[in-house]
Amino acid sequence: MSNEIEAIKDPGLPAHVHRRADTDPKAAKKAERQVAILFLLSALGTVTMIGSYIFIPQDIFIFFPVLGNTNAHQLFLGLGMAASLFFIGMGAIHWAKTLMPDEEVVIQRHEFRSPDEDRADFVATAKAGAAAAGLGRRSLIKRSLGLSLGLAGLSPLILLRDLGPLPKDELSKTSWKAGTRLVTDPGDRPIRAEDLEVGAVAQTLPEIAKGGHRALSDIGKDAVLLIRLRPEEFNLDAERLSWTHEGIIAFSKICSHMGCAVALYEQQTKHLLCPCHQSTFDVTRAAKVIFGPAARPLPQLAITVDSEGYLIAKQPFTEPVGPSFWERSS
Amino acid sequence: MKRLSRFRRHRAVAPLLLVLALFSIGTTFSVAGAATSTPISAAEKSALIDEGKQLFLKGCSSCHGLNAEGGGIAPSLIGVGAASVDFQVATGRMPMADMSTQAMRKKPVYNEKQVEALAAYVASLAPGPEVPGESQLNYERDGSAAQGGELFRTNCAMCHNFAGQGGALTQGKYAPSVMGVEPRHIYEAMITGPQSMPVFSDKTITPAEKLSIIKWIKAAEAEPQLGGAALGRVGPVTEGLLVWTLGLGLLVGVAVWLAMKAR
Amino acid sequence: MTARERIAGSVANYVDERTGAAAWMKKNLNKVFPDHWSFLLGEIALYSFVILLLSGTFLTFWFDPSQREVIYDGGYQPLSGLKMSAAYASTLHISFEVRGGLLMRQIHHWAALIFMAAIVVHLMRVYFTGAFRKPREFNWIIGVGLLTLGIVEGFLGYSLPDDLLSGTGIRIAEAIIQALPLVGSYLAFFAFGGAFPGEAFIPRIYTVHVLLLPGAFLALITVHLMLVWYQKHTQYPGPGRTEKNVVGYPLLPVYMAKAGGFFFIVFGVTAFLGAVASINPIWLYGPYTPGQISAGSQPDWYMGWLDGLVRMAPPLETHAFGHTISWNILIPGLIVPGILFTGMALYPFIESWMTGDKREHHLLDRPRNAPNRTALGVMSLTFMLVALINGGNDIIATTFHLTINQIMWFSRIAIFVLPPLSFVITKRLCLSLQRADRDLVLHGRETGRLVMMPHGEFVEVHEPISPEKAWLLTQHEQNPALALDENDSRGVRRPGALKNKLRARLSKAHAVAVPKVTAEDLKEIEHH
Repeated sequence: MSNEIEAIKDPGLPAHVHRRADTDPKAAKKAERQVAILFLLSALGTVTMIGSYIFIPQDIFIFFPVLGNTNAHQLFLGLGMAASLFFIGMGAIHWAKTLMPDEEVVIQRHEFRSPDEDRADFVATAKAGAAAAGLGRRSLIKRSLGLSLGLAGLSPLILLRDLGPLPKDELSKTSWKAGTRLVTDPGDRPIRAEDLEVGAVAQTLPEIAKGGHRALSDIGKDAVLLIRLRPEEFNLDAERLSWTHEGIIAFSKICSHMGCAVALYEQQTKHLLCPCHQSTFDVTRAAKVIFGPAARPLPQLAITVDSEGYLIAKQPFTEPVGPSFWERSS
Repeated sequence: MKRLSRFRRHRAVAPLLLVLALFSIGTTFSVAGAATSTPISAAEKSALIDEGKQLFLKGCSSCHGLNAEGGGIAPSLIGVGAASVDFQVATGRMPMADMSTQAMRKKPVYNEKQVEALAAYVASLAPGPEVPGESQLNYERDGSAAQGGELFRTNCAMCHNFAGQGGALTQGKYAPSVMGVEPRHIYEAMITGPQSMPVFSDKTITPAEKLSIIKWIKAAEAEPQLGGAALGRVGPVTEGLLVWTLGLGLLVGVAVWLAMKAR
Repeated sequence: MTARERIAGSVANYVDERTGAAAWMKKNLNKVFPDHWSFLLGEIALYSFVILLLSGTFLTFWFDPSQREVIYDGGYQPLSGLKMSAAYASTLHISFEVRGGLLMRQIHHWAALIFMAAIVVHLMRVYFTGAFRKPREFNWIIGVGLLTLGIVEGFLGYSLPDDLLSGTGIRIAEAIIQALPLVGSYLAFFAFGGAFPGEAFIPRIYTVHVLLLPGAFLALITVHLMLVWYQKHTQYPGPGRTEKNVVGYPLLPVYMAKAGGFFFIVFGVTAFLGAVASINPIWLYGPYTPGQISAGSQPDWYMGWLDGLVRMAPPLETHAFGHTISWNILIPGLIVPGILFTGMALYPFIESWMTGDKREHHLLDRPRNAPNRTALGVMSLTFMLVALINGGNDIIATTFHLTINQIMWFSRIAIFVLPPLSFVITKRLCLSLQRADRDLVLHGRETGRLVMMPHGEFVEVHEPISPEKAWLLTQHEQNPALALDENDSRGVRRPGALKNKLRARLSKAHAVAVPKVTAEDLKEIEHH
C-alpha cells in the first residue's frame, strides 16, 4: 500500500521443525503401529456390523444410560458401521500427519488477468465475429430471433398447464350444505346437542353416504370443531348468536392463517390456539383473533338440530375456510 | 416382518449385555391404585362422607368455601363429581402449592382413603361423573391401540404432543405430559375436563374409545427406543440442537486435530 | 524396477497416450492446499452430500412415492389397520422390516442436518475472513445458491414420508403459494394437482428431490470445486504467506490422505448419530390428515427461522376490490427471506463498491481487521437467531417455564433491537481487539512477573513478542476511506451526488480502524 510508512518486515516462513517420527525410527515405528491399530479397529467395526446384521434379531432391546431401552439390532449395526468408517478416517489422517512428508510447500499463484495482448485479440475476434454475422446491421433478423427465442422459452410453461385443474371456486366451497349432519371424527357418529356437556368439545366432519369415501382434500376444508359453552358466556351479535345452538358453537378447524388444524381449546379462558404459529382466537367473540399472526377469525358454521335432535348445519359456510388467497373477497 | 410385531411382548436376553424387560412394567402396577368399586353399605357411606367433610373443611374450604360453593380464587365444586376430585387430589394437583398459572402434578397430599372420602363428600353435594371402577378400565382387553392412536392424534395431540409429552398453551399454561399417568386419571381427565382441558363426552368419544386412547398412551409410554435416544420426543427442535452441538462438535474437533501439526 | 512399478508405468502410459493427461496430472498432483481446520467446514458439507446420495439411493429401493391410500398391515402394532398413504406405509416398512433401513433413514436425515449446518458454518468462515472478495465473488454466489437449494431439498426430503408433522409443513407451504397475489391459487392447484393435499404432490416432489435438485447440486458443486481448484485456496496471513503464493501441503499424498480420511470421519460421525439418536420418528407422528395436528409442530432447524418469522408477523391482511393480500404470510415468508438472501448474494459487490477495492485478495482477513463486515455478519446472525428462537418458542416455553406470549413479544421487539445493538457491540469489540494488538506489538507480552525498581516502584516485565507474531498483527492493509467529494473542482455538484454521499459514508464507516503499528513506531519506542 502506501509507501510513506514503513511496515514491519515479513520474517518469512519459520524454520521447519522435525517431528519425532522424522528423526527417531522408534517413534516412526510407534506411529506406524498406531495407524495399524486404527485400521484394525475399523475392521473390528465392520465385523460387528456384519455380525449384528446376521445374528442380532430385530426385537431385542438392551438398556443403556442416556439412550434408554434401545433396539440392539439397530444400535450395533450403526455403531459397527460408525466404527468401521470412523477409524479408517482416523488411521488415514494419523498416517498423513505422522509419517507422510510434512514440509510445507510454497507455490506461486498465477495472475488471472490475461495479458493485454490476448484481451485485445479476444475483443477483436468477438467484434469481427459479430460483424460477420451482421447482427448489428440486420435488425429484422435480430428482432425476429429475439421473438422466437422468447416464445420458445415460454412453451415449457404451457406444457405444465395440465399439472392441475383450475381452482374455479374450489377454495370457496366446502361439503357443508344446509341440513348436513355433523358426525364425529373419527367414528362418523351423529351428535345430539345433549351429548355435549358444558366445556366439552367434539371434532366433527360432515356426514357422508354409507360406503362413501372421504378424501383428505375434503377433510382439509370440512373439519369443524364443536364447543359447548354456557349460552350467557357468548358475546356475539344477534346473527352469530342465532348460528349457535344451546351454547354449542361450531368453527372451521382449518386455521385462517396457514391452514393448520386449530383444535387447541382452553376450557377456562375459552381461547383456541393454533399450535403452528400460535394465533389465538376468542371463542366467545366468534373466534376473534386476540394474538398471533392470523388476520381473520375462524369461519363460523351455523348449526341447529334436525327432527331427530341431531346437530346439523343450518347453511353452508358463508365465507371460504382456510388460508387467504387472492380471489378471496373479504 | 412378524419378528417385529412381537417386540412389545418380548422379554429377551442379549448376549453379554444386561437386558431389560420392555413393556409391561408400566402397565402392571397401573391398575393397582384404582379406586374400589365394591358396593358399600349406607352407613359406611355416610361415615365416609362425614370423614370427607371434615377433611374438606380443614384442607379445601379456605379457597372452595365452607360448602364447596366456590370463592373468588377457586371454582364451585358442586356437581363436579367424584371423578374430578379423584383426579385433582390423587394426582397431587389439589391442594395447590401456590397460586401459579396452573396446578401441576406432584406428590399427593392425601392418601388413597382420604381421597375417596373427599370424593364421596363432593359427590354427595350434587351428582357428577363418578370414579371409573377397575372393571371399566380394562383397556388391555377392551381397547385398540391403533384406533386409540388415531383418536389421540385427532383429540389430544394438539395440546399433549404427538407422543403425549405435553405442550405449551397460552400465557404460560401448558398441557402436561401424559406419560406415567394412571389410566384411571387419564379417564377422569377426559370426562371431567380439568383446568384448561375441555370435556370429552361419552357420546363423542365412547368409553370404549377412551380405553383405546389409554391403551395407545400406555403403548407409547412403554415403547422402547426403536432408533436410539428419543431426544424428548418433541420433534425437530432437539434434533437441531444435537446436530449443532454433538454433530458439528465432533466433526470440528476432528478437523482441528487434523490440521494440527504432529509433534 | 519392481513388478508393481512396471504395471503403474504401463497404465500411466496407456492413459496418457490416449488423453495426453500426464502434463495436467503432473501439475495438479503437486497442487498445494493450505492447512487449517476452518478450511474443512466446506468439506464436511461436500462429504455429507456424498453420504446423502449413497443413503438416499438405498432408501429409494423401498420407498413408494405415492399418496394412494393403503391399509397398514406391517409390523408396527400401534398403527396396524389404519388408513395411510403408500409413501407413509413404505417408510414404516423401511424403518421396521428392512434390516438397517431405520439406520439408513436416520443417517440420511442426520446427514441432511449436518449438510445444512456445515454449509452455514462454511459460509460464516468465508464471510468473516473476507474470502468472498475478488476473484471469488462467483463462488460466493454459487454457495448462496447451494444454501438456498439445500433448504428446499431438505424441506422436500422430510416431506416425503407423508407423516403428520411433514404434512403440516406441506400445508403451510401450500398456504404460502396460495398467498401469492394474482397467481397464488392457480399455482397451488397446479402444484397439488387440485385441492390440497390431493394425491399428486408427493410423487412430484419425489422426482424433484431425487433427480432435479441433486442434479442441480452436482452441477453447482462441481463448478464450486473447480473454481476453488483453479483459483487456488485462500490462506490465512502469517510469516511467509503472501498474496502471491500458497503455503501448504501437496495434494499427493498428504492432502489426499487427510481429505480422504476426513470423508470417512464425516460418514462415521453421521453413522454414529444414526445409531444412537432417533430422528424423525414418523411412526409416532402418525399418517397425515388435515384434521389432526401435534403440539409443537416445527420444521427442521434450517427452516426454523422462517417459521419463527411467520409466527412473529403482525396480523396484517389487505382486503380491497374483492381481493386479499396476506401480508402476514408474504412479508415473513417471502419478502424478508428474499431481501436477506439477495443481499447476501450481492454482498461481495456491495463491499467492493463501498471500499472501491477492485484488487485480487488471496490472504484472508482476521475478522477484527474488518470491523464493519464482522459487525454486519454478527448482526445478520443475531437476526436469524432471534427468528430461530421464536420458531421453537413453544418448546422453549415449556422447557423453561416461560409463556409463548412472552417469547413472542420478546422476539417481536428483539428482531428490531438486537441486530443493530449487536452491530455496535461487535464493531467496538473489533476495534478494542485491534487496540490490544497494537499494544501487544508496541509493549510486548505481559509476563506477570513484577520487578521492584530501585526507587521502589513495581513494574510488570513485558517481553517483546516474536517477529512472526508481530508480523501477523501488522501485516494487514489499512485503507483510507474513499475520497468522494460532493462537488467537483469547480464547485459544481456532481451527478449522482446522493449516491456518492451514501457511498462515501459507507466507505468511511468501513475504514474505521485503530492505526496498526509501523516500524517507525517501534523505533520510536526503542528510543525511550
